[in-house]
Amino acid sequence: MIENPAASFEASAMIPSFAEIRRVVWETDDTFTLLIAPPHNDGKGFSFTPGQFNMVYAFGIGESAISISSDPAKPNMLAHTIHRVGTVTSALSKVRRGDLIGIRGPYGRAWPLEEAVGKDVCIAAGGIGLAPLRPVIYSLVTRREEFGRVIILYGARSPLDLLYRVELEEWSKLPNTEVIITVDRGDSTWKGHIGVVTSLFSYIKMDSRETIAMVCGPEVMMKFTVEELQRRGLTPEQIYISMERNMKCGVGLCGHCQFGPKFICKDGPVFRLPEVNHLLEKKEI
Amino acid sequence: MEPQDLTQSLHKHPFLSDMDDDLVKTLTSCASNVVFQEGTRLFHEGEDAKLFFLIRSGKVALELQAGEKGAIKVQTVGPGEVLGWSWLISPYIWHFDALALEQVHAFSIDASCLRTKCETDNHFGYEMLRRFSAVLERRLDATRLQLLDMYGVYMQDGGKRMDSETGKAKNEMEQI
Repeated sequence: MIENPAASFEASAMIPSFAEIRRVVWETDDTFTLLIAPPHNDGKGFSFTPGQFNMVYAFGIGESAISISSDPAKPNMLAHTIHRVGTVTSALSKVRRGDLIGIRGPYGRAWPLEEAVGKDVCIAAGGIGLAPLRPVIYSLVTRREEFGRVIILYGARSPLDLLYRVELEEWSKLPNTEVIITVDRGDSTWKGHIGVVTSLFSYIKMDSRETIAMVCGPEVMMKFTVEELQRRGLTPEQIYISMERNMKCGVGLCGHCQFGPKFICKDGPVFRLPEVNHLLEKKEI
Repeated sequence: MEPQDLTQSLHKHPFLSDMDDDLVKTLTSCASNVVFQEGTRLFHEGEDAKLFFLIRSGKVALELQAGEKGAIKVQTVGPGEVLGWSWLISPYIWHFDALALEQVHAFSIDASCLRTKCETDNHFGYEMLRRFSAVLERRLDATRLQLLDMYGVYMQDGGKRMDSETGKAKNEMEQI
């Protein structure tokens, strides 16, 4: 029998809550982080798990699905890092301290943090794909002794497009933690790696049996990263990716984010590779 | 370094780690240990490619001289990687400059010596070619990915930016 998602739908799920902007931090020329007071003023803050997203509403303009990029252990300050690419994100880029936006969420399936306990963790991020992984990294840092080696591989278009530079520097100093950064195009001042993020795997050694990989970035970057991880001995079951599609309702009703038999908003955005691997190379999906 | 020690060290380099001992010994007679200080040019575009390097530590940038734009760094090569394949392909001329971005420790392999050994020992020659082909394939894949500009905002024909949030752009999603 086919499940009817509308049967369990609550209309209140579509109503955003007011949330107040506390600060706007420009990370790059076109990417900014909104620091937001939690929408529910009940003193408990905003509870979420790393990898989940909110529907963020610019009133009078529209909504966009945006990953949560703050620390889950600090529920009193919600953060969304946003790439200004369209009408809604352009409107959100103009908000100021004290302005109100709408928040619905959190939605979606999280990164497999508990499964990674006792194991090494390899995080591979491309571009703004680091934002959905930042809450994972915060959690790894907070619970550092529960995990093995942490490897963070991050690729961006240019040095000016790197997100969270200060934090990347801080994370690189943590014990048993490696942070390796690369850019597609260097400039005269850049002394780091130049090349795609997959090239960074040459510089690390992984215990393939004891590693969980979490990958987020443009789909083509994830495709090649997944290949590289498997070349290094990880099984598909050890690899998780976060998918993107144009989400509208966020609760698995509208079908905008359908990805084969899955809804990214409800079944994802984080998937274990075998769940979606067969869909990644299909042009029409 | 004694030849025996050099052979052992060469064997530890990822490019040669699973190579038969005899073949690594063949290579050893063409190899030497080298160190470059930060800022040193290992080779220049247009010069004869008389050697190649197996990087042990440090980082080297490949630069392309682009006229008025000056030198553009197109790639870096780091520990465990191979630097240079122009020695393998006639007319054996470097196509890039190579600049040490930090102190670099490497094995330098004499190209003329190696080509002679490849010609006289076909098994060795095939093994070298097989390994270099794998490196070339991976570099080509990486270059294709770089060309995609995959982190950039998707542009329509004519360069007009698409709006992912109005539903008009079929292939572009809001970055979440």
